[in-house]
Amino acid sequence: MPQSYAITAVAVVVLATVLIGGFGLRISRTTSDFYVASRTVGPRLNAAAISGEYLSAASFLGIAGLLLLHGPDMLWYPVGYTAGYLVLLVFVAAPLRRSGAYTLPDFAEGRLESRQVRLLVSMLVVGVGWLYLTPQLQGAGLTLEILTGAPRWLGGTLVAVVVVVSVAAGGMRSITFVQAFQYWLKLTALLVPALFLVLAWQGDGSPGPEFDEPARFREQRTVRIQDTVDMKLGAPLTVRADGVVDDRRYEDATVSLDEGTHRIAGGTRLTFPEGGEVPRREPGSADSVSQPLATSRADHPLYATYGLIVATFLGTMGLPHVVVRFYTSPNGRAARRTTVVVLGLIGAFYLLPPLYGALGRMYAPELTLSQQADAAVLLMPERLVSGAGGDLLGALIAGGAFAAFLSTASGLTMAVAGVLSQDVLPSRGVRHFRLATALAMVVPLAGALLVTGVPVADAVGMAFAVSASSFCPLLVLGIWWRGLTPPGALAGLLLGGGSALVAVTLTVTGLAGDGWLHTLLAWPAVWSVPVGFLAMVLGSLATRSSVPPHTSATMTRLHLPESLSVQETAAAAESGDGASAAPAPAAERRVR
Amino acid sequence: MHRLPGHPTQSEIDEQTTLGAAYVRSLMRSQLRAGLTAFGFLALTVVTLPLFFDALGNASVVWIVLGFACYPVLVGIAWWYVHRAERNERDFARLVHGVHGPERPPGRPAEGD
Repeated sequence: MPQSYAITAVAVVVLATVLIGGFGLRISRTTSDFYVASRTVGPRLNAAAISGEYLSAASFLGIAGLLLLHGPDMLWYPVGYTAGYLVLLVFVAAPLRRSGAYTLPDFAEGRLESRQVRLLVSMLVVGVGWLYLTPQLQGAGLTLEILTGAPRWLGGTLVAVVVVVSVAAGGMRSITFVQAFQYWLKLTALLVPALFLVLAWQGDGSPGPEFDEPARFREQRTVRIQDTVDMKLGAPLTVRADGVVDDRRYEDATVSLDEGTHRIAGGTRLTFPEGGEVPRREPGSADSVSQPLATSRADHPLYATYGLIVATFLGTMGLPHVVVRFYTSPNGRAARRTTVVVLGLIGAFYLLPPLYGALGRMYAPELTLSQQADAAVLLMPERLVSGAGGDLLGALIAGGAFAAFLSTASGLTMAVAGVLSQDVLPSRGVRHFRLATALAMVVPLAGALLVTGVPVADAVGMAFAVSASSFCPLLVLGIWWRGLTPPGALAGLLLGGGSALVAVTLTVTGLAGDGWLHTLLAWPAVWSVPVGFLAMVLGSLATRSSVPPHTSATMTRLHLPESLSVQETAAAAESGDGASAAPAPAAERRVR
Repeated sequence: MHRLPGHPTQSEIDEQTTLGAAYVRSLMRSQLRAGLTAFGFLALTVVTLPLFFDALGNASVVWIVLGFACYPVLVGIAWWYVHRAERNERDFARLVHGVHGPERPPGRPAEGD
């Protein structure tokens, strides 16, 4: 794809982001405007904003790449990302909005009346936020490099600067507009090329989708292996090789490869025959957006699938950039309806990446070997649509991918900065919020520039697992169980979230060993979520005397519809008991 | 510009909620039941699906079910839950209003917002 098209597309997306952010600046005046858009964001705008924020580059590029690499089991990723909102809806959405707090630490303090719990939750929010931000910036650098050949640091730095400027300038209100815009941009950027691709596919004679393993080459194709790779063949295969295969040098010679694993050195060119089986890459050394702890997946696929399901289904509700969005709804009822619209919007979006994955298996199966599976979505137009049309569609997708980095990064920055300005910096106010924004971005940017060896999807999965094992028990038990105590909550956060964090850190640093131990540590949610719940429940039962004094009042606020006042309910209860016939004073709280 | 609705002071709420606590408990129970029903349906489906796919061994079915068919089901469950939860709240409001007479405080929106 010509560089100029991609550069133009990325520039347009960045400019539009800044302009719409500036539009928000003109209307955000007060602190309340700044943090939660004065809670006047209607369900449709808010739902588009939530969806725009949620669909990161891992969704935009990663899922198609994963499908290409590992086959249909990876469809559990988008299903889990969507179903996480359903779990959020049925247990958390309305009470969370009614709690009347700005952030997750606000909720924890309001419910448990403990500074200690607040502090621990703040630390976890910042930690999970940074964990999630770092790979977004790394991914941005990677994408810009693939698209335009720019140096790796440029993409991350560009995203960081645009995000800090637009968040610090307009706060939540501007972010709401930016995010909503970026949802529609991302949908368009995948939908329009998809229509052309399907037409081209039909013009190609609608070849049957090759769902069954293994994929085969539809035409003779030459692949340049970038980094040394171990590839596995299910059947003997004859290829032309120019480079080093199994430690032997070939100069454009025909090589017969046996069934089994072969090592291909970096820089080697392999030409595969038409109809030949596409070799599978042995997982392990590579770093890529679509490498989800692949080593252990191969050993115990069923356990890994359940680990993935638990982490995504339960982790979504605790992600800091997701939670903070619910405070912008005008009331609990709107928060619920917003969530249903979100389910529809992200569900509609997730119909598209599998299409790219399926087409990728047909038209670009060699990407699995060249370690560029994440580029499948970017490369599909030029493979199927020739000439300027393909280039333009490619540029549209490039713009969408950049929108994905920008939107998720700004949502996360907003959430982390909100927590930093409330709990770390000495005084509140807009000026300190701007300082916090810079601070929220500096650390992950440094991480993205300094640390290059950590696979992107590993860090994202880490954030989901930690969130599922710490924030999910806190929210669910805090909202539905009156017996939760601060010591119990601390125990659950530390044991559940802590053990998940340790497990995934061990996996990433390669200290986890192999076999079942490795699998258990690589997919911790299956056991760490029960540990978190159990520690919270047992800890609370052991410290029953320290149930917060205002628990009953807090529970009332969480569950009472805004159209009813506390006074009314009390009066109704009173006269229902026959104790008093006096009519209740007219309610003063009116919520619109 | 919109202002946040003022919350009653903590002590006011405390005094009054001891009276209304039993009512709120019943609301919580009905809402939790709705949530658990939706979650139970989701969990049962999701726990059995991977086993089913594993036994079936047909990749096309996995593509169709996970790639397309599951999203309308998810939205459907959400739709059902929201209707159920809002009905619970309406029933609760009727209970509260019904006890102290039919008159409504002036200016109240008819139902919710």
